Amino acid sequence: MSDQPLLEVRDLSIRFATENGDVNAVKHVSFSLERGETLAIVGESGSGKSVTALALTRLLPEPPTRFDTGEILLDGRDVLKMRARELREIRGGKIAYIFQEPSTSLNPVFTIRNQIAEAIKLHRSDVKDIDAEIVQWLNLVGIVEPEKRMRDYPHQLSGGMQQRAMIAMALSCQPDLLVADEPTTALDVTIQAQIMAQLRELKSKLSMSIILITHNFGIISDIADRVAVMYRGEIVEHGETSTVLNNPQHPYTRALIDCIPRLGAKRHRLATIDHAALAEAQ
Amino acid sequence: MSETPRQRVKRRFLENKQGVASAVFLLLLAIIAALFALFGAFHLGIPTDPNRTNLALKLVPPSLSHWLGTDNLGRDVLTRLLHGTYISLTVGFVAVFVSLTIGIIFGAVSGYLGGWADDVLMRVVDALMCFPTFPLILTVVAYLGPSIWNVVIVIGLVSWTGTARLVRAEFLTLRETEYVRAAKGLGQRHAAIIFRHILPNAAAPIVVTAVLGVPDAILTEAGLSFLGFGVQPPQATWGNIITDGKAYILDAWWLILFPGLAILATALAFYLTGEALRRAAQTRTERK
Repeated sequence: MSDQPLLEVRDLSIRFATENGDVNAVKHVSFSLERGETLAIVGESGSGKSVTALALTRLLPEPPTRFDTGEILLDGRDVLKMRARELREIRGGKIAYIFQEPSTSLNPVFTIRNQIAEAIKLHRSDVKDIDAEIVQWLNLVGIVEPEKRMRDYPHQLSGGMQQRAMIAMALSCQPDLLVADEPTTALDVTIQAQIMAQLRELKSKLSMSIILITHNFGIISDIADRVAVMYRGEIVEHGETSTVLNNPQHPYTRALIDCIPRLGAKRHRLATIDHAALAEAQ
Repeated sequence: MSETPRQRVKRRFLENKQGVASAVFLLLLAIIAALFALFGAFHLGIPTDPNRTNLALKLVPPSLSHWLGTDNLGRDVLTRLLHGTYISLTVGFVAVFVSLTIGIIFGAVSGYLGGWADDVLMRVVDALMCFPTFPLILTVVAYLGPSIWNVVIVIGLVSWTGTARLVRAEFLTLRETEYVRAAKGLGQRHAAIIFRHILPNAAAPIVVTAVLGVPDAILTEAGLSFLGFGVQPPQATWGNIITDGKAYILDAWWLILFPGLAILATALAFYLTGEALRRAAQTRTERK
């Protein structure tokens, strides 16, 4: 067990078979993740990073989704070969998600308490005092007055609070791996920083693995151990975060890093990515 | 503190005078029906037995002793009307309950699963919708025998297709929402996602169709009773009273008018309540 990584994705290719032809969303992607390790998958919209994340527990609708090649080994078992029942167990139980838009990821007709309680009932049948458990998790993610806040409906919370509640819900299942799919994109910049700090703190407290999906190189440096850069469905660069950030090899990685606005830099137009040149280089 | 969705719907419904008036009217009707069903009659100074005949007092026009007149057998029209209220409301609600249950399950499964299952289920709905409903009900009632429960169940069994389509349409949109994906991501079962996560979010349009379905069922029952296939005489229903009265239409206008008005007012009240509910539940605000 100890020499086996928590998650190993080997040669994964995902295709969407639609009426208007096939789309190869992910092409021969491989990466692995140790326990307690944080991997950032960086890339622009449509690069296949979210599709890869959702594929980890087969959350993509099949059809039209087809897995052409590869395997996704979670604790050595191939997710692509699992039955519906096993999938339900790993969803939430082993791999939990937080999504980009907290205001729509929470069901508007239920209170926060209701939704977290559902998660706990699904994966932790041993928990007796569910309310106490909820309060504990809400506390952990930095929600003040959790006893009061948990009786609120999602629309009564601010965006940052909603995302904290989502994180609490994901964590309450005690997963081995937390997949954060653009967790800060929908939030404003100060809240972004707070949420990232929160994730960093949780990471050290709970020694859990995290996959952080983002298009923003700026937020990964203090949290990710390793980074994989995706472009047009392929991983074009993969390595230690500091190495990739300081010495990017692929022109796309360089272009992405150039897009980060820098404080104090001489003012000029922000860099953009010249896709035609990149396509030629590939 | 902002209001919950439920509070908002309640407030906006209460602001609608037509809707509130209709709802109050229906509530009174329901109370009258319940009281008559439980106690038979109470001392209003009107005859208590809807089926007691008195040939000496047949076809008496509306007067102080018989507020709405008597019919050809000397039975008091008001008493019969009030008894009919219970039957009509029961028919309306039970038929809607039957049709909602089938419609919700059918529509939810169809919209949630999509793909070929959706195709098959919706073709069944299309096929059923091709049947002219009334002759279909007539045939089935003729076969099963006319009784109040047969009528109710048959009306329910043929009127769920609209609900099924509506529920399916709602599910098609709602199943793509982030919170459904989040629920799936938590390992929730399909049944729980359908009934716990999606259905409550589709509740508003479903409640509205339910309310609008009641008068349809009441009208269908009245029509069936009028044709003699509904609830059997001497049991008083609004449709039956009109049937009995149609022979005397030129001499005794009150036999037709009052049950007709009762049907009209009740159906209208249901439609107005439904409309008010629909407006109150609407997310886009088009005020006044």
